[in-house]
This record gives sequence, structure tokens and C-alpha cells, in this order.
Amino acid sequence: MWQDVLTIFIASALINNFVFARYLGLCIFFGVTKKMETAIGMSFTFTGVMLIGAALNWFIYKYVMMPLHIGFLKIVIFIGVIAAFVQAADTIMKKVTPALYYKLGIYLALITTNCIILAVPLLNAEEYADSLFKSMALALGSGLGFSLALIIMASIREKLELADVPRSFQGLPISFVLTGLIALAFLGFSGMITL
Amino acid sequence: MEATPKEQTKEQPKLIVSIGPHVRTDESTAKIMWTVNGALLPAALMSIYYFGLPAVMVLAVCIFTAMITEAAIQKMLKKEIAVADGSAFLTGLLIAMNCPANIPLHIPAIGTFVAIGITKQLFGGLGYNVFNPALIGRALILISFPKAMTTFTHPVANIMAFDAKTMATPLTVLKEDGVAKLLELYPNIYQNLLLGNRAGSLGETATIALLLGAAFLMIKRYITWHIPIPFILTVAAATWMFGGKEGLFTGDALFHVMAGGLVLGAFYMATDYVTGPSVRSAQIVFGIACGILTVLIRLKGGYPEGVMFAILIMNCFAPLLDRGMRSKVFGKAEAKGVKK
Repeated sequence: MWQDVLTIFIASALINNFVFARYLGLCIFFGVTKKMETAIGMSFTFTGVMLIGAALNWFIYKYVMMPLHIGFLKIVIFIGVIAAFVQAADTIMKKVTPALYYKLGIYLALITTNCIILAVPLLNAEEYADSLFKSMALALGSGLGFSLALIIMASIREKLELADVPRSFQGLPISFVLTGLIALAFLGFSGMITL
Repeated sequence: MEATPKEQTKEQPKLIVSIGPHVRTDESTAKIMWTVNGALLPAALMSIYYFGLPAVMVLAVCIFTAMITEAAIQKMLKKEIAVADGSAFLTGLLIAMNCPANIPLHIPAIGTFVAIGITKQLFGGLGYNVFNPALIGRALILISFPKAMTTFTHPVANIMAFDAKTMATPLTVLKEDGVAKLLELYPNIYQNLLLGNRAGSLGETATIALLLGAAFLMIKRYITWHIPIPFILTVAAATWMFGGKEGLFTGDALFHVMAGGLVLGAFYMATDYVTGPSVRSAQIVFGIACGILTVLIRLKGGYPEGVMFAILIMNCFAPLLDRGMRSKVFGKAEAKGVKK
């Protein structure tokens, strides 16, 4: 059981990294990696929202949707839960900790509609509906894996600022090429753990 | 990029901003690159001796494609054509040394094109590439043409070796069939590994020739010990600890060090000035991490050989390592309340 939890954690962070192996969450990935500072802010916010959102959805799926046999509504319900939770967090943070809000609040709006935040509860509902620990391992692994991707990308993009990239490739295009190359490197992890 | 907009290129720009390392020396890029090419010459000659004319053709195709691609793209971008600096030659040479001998020739050509065109020139040319071009080229053709890239031939030491029998590399045999089969296929294993008398990519086989070249580069101080030695020692230690079948500390470290592309990768590709970290302590971390990843992929991963992917993965982390381990600048106070 604990070995499974660890396996799920490592697999979701590195081997099935959401950005480099499943190509999800790219809008945020390209949006905040121009500067290291925004990338780090987003990493913290993202991992936190991911954990809480996944836990909420896990309880709702297990104790509300399964008994009522409305599992087929999971996409709609999960989106609603995440949106409501993020909006609530936004409002509460603004009121209670304005300092934190002005540091991390701008990222919350972006996260509401992020596909990884939705993908993790959906994967959990399909595979780990029986175990909260496994679901949380997937959520934490995915969150940290995404943070890792953001921080690597930001460090490389800051270096690329000075590079003499052909004009038609400056900015986003070269970032896409770069992401493809990082994904190629991350293929080295493939096959290391089979779930 | 704002520092030198295209409009200003007519007159000489007053201020040129480039990325580090900034070193004042009489060494030129061309001199270093051609010296590295020269250091690889013994290994290339050994590969021609063992694999014959097919090896010559792979080497020729790769080097030719590399130089043509570099020149064509530099012409298209209206840059100064700098094929003579030997860096394209080196990339082509390294890709050829990472291919099996009897490979259909269009495959290394594609790999070389991607290496020079996409990995290097698209990112701004020499000095700006994030990844080692030769390794990206090889990774791309390995996953695109896995069959051709893993069909190795018997080293026959005959110049017309076009129909040499296929043979698995020592690491593949070990991964798939175990130690007994390995010893049956490769008698006198250490001696053969040292001399290069084994199946494998062109340049990775002749360990002794690679070591000679590496020693030369180290004496010339073109490469330092900070990356390759921790890399190799980590692989040796980790395979000794976890590589054995009978439990901990029974693995065959010497075999793992000599059997794959480790010597080629550690001395000639991980030490790339551009894609590795330039802070000394970061280089040691870089080497150790490369070693750990190599062993992880060899023992646990889906590929028999992990040196290439290990270096590529660590290339992603190099800017981060440099950033995190840069030494403090003395005589500079941090303003209170204002961050950066």
C-alpha cells in the first residue's frame, strides 16, 4: 500500500509529468514562465489548489456521487466544485490575508479553468476512488511535477532572453520548440515504473 | 534581445550583451573545437578498423549533413557563415559515433539535421543552445527508428563489412538475458570492452581510445574533472551497490563503466561548455546527478542505456543549478525591502 503510494507519487511527478508526457496545462505553463518569480508563485498556488481540490472532489465522488449513482456527471460536478472552491479561496484570501492575496491571488483566476486541476480528480475517480492516500499521492505528485516543469522552463527561458533567436521564432514559438525538446529528454524516464 | 534590435545591425552596435561564461583568453572557439575533434580521432579510427566501410559512410554522411545544414541556415539567417569553427563538425562526428554501423544512411542524416537545425541554430547558434545538439539528434532518431538504432553488428575488423552479422550490445544482453549469456557471448569481457571489440555504436566501443583523447583534453585543460569524474564514479558506485543479482554490493562496476556509452558521454558530451553548468560546484552536482540517472535508467528504465537521456535531463537543470549555486558577490549590499 505505502509502496503503491510512493510509486504513484514518483510516476505522476516525473514519468507521467503532466506537461512533458501528457501535454496538459500548457496555457499556464507558457503564461507564467517568462519570469522565475511568477513561476515560483504559480507553483505554490497550483500545488495547494491541486491538493485541496482533489481532496474535495474525492470526498464528493465517494460519499455523494457513488451512492446516488451519478458518476456519469463527474465532469460537470468536478468543474463546479473546483470553480466554487477557487472563487471562495479568492474571496476569503482577499479578506483575511491581503498580503498573501496580492502575491498569489492573480494566479488563482488562471487556475480555475486549468485542465490539470480537472484531470487529477477525473483520474482519481477512475483509478483510486477507493483510497484517499493514493488520490492524494497523485495530486501531490502532479502538483510538484508541474511546479518542477514551471521552474525548469522559467530558468531556461530567462537564459534564452539573451539568445539570438531568429525573429520569427522569438517568444512563444521557441518556447514550444523548447518544451518539445524537454519532453524528448524526459522520455528517458519512460518505462521506469509500470503502474 | 532588445539590446541589439535588427534595425541597428547596419552600424556596429555599441553595446553587445551576451550570455556567460565571459573569459578573456587567447583560446578561440575554433581551436578548442578542432582539438576536441582531434581527441576523438583515435576512437573514430578504431571504429573504422572494427566496423569497416559502413562506419566510414556513417561518419561521412553525418559530418557532411552537419556542415551543410549549418552553412545553409546561417546563410538563410544572413549571419556570418562559421562552419570552419569545427562545432558543426564535432556535432556530426558525435552523432555518427552514437549510431550503429550498418544503419540506413538517411537516419543519421535526419538526426544531424535536427541537431544542427533545430537544437542549435533555432536557439541562436553556438553558445545559446539549451541541449547538447548531438544528443537531441540521437534521442530523436532513437525513438523514431528504434529498430534501426538498436540493431548492432558484430565487429569483424574487415573493411568490407556490409553484411556483418547482427549482435546485441553487452548492456542489452545483460538487461534481457542475464550474466551467464553475457559471458557466453563475450569471452574475455574486460579486455574486449577496453579495446572496443564488441557490438555497439561506432564511437562508444573503443574505451582505451576514448580515454586517451580525454586525457589529452584534460592535460590541455579544455575539460576539467568536475563533471566527468563524479559522473563515472557515481555510476561505478551505484552499479556496484545495486547492479548485482545476489543483493547489495555485488554489482560489476567495471563492466558498467566500460560497457555503454559512459566514457564517450561523460568526457565528450556532458562536458559541453554551453549546455552544462559553469559554476564548479554545480558541475560536480551535475555529474553526480547524471550518474544517478544513468544507473536508474539502466537498471530500472525502459532503455538498456541511459547516458544520453541522463545528460539531456540534466541539461534541462543546468541553468537552474548555475542559478542556485552561484557564489555570492562580495561588496554588494542587498537593499532592504526591495527584492531584485
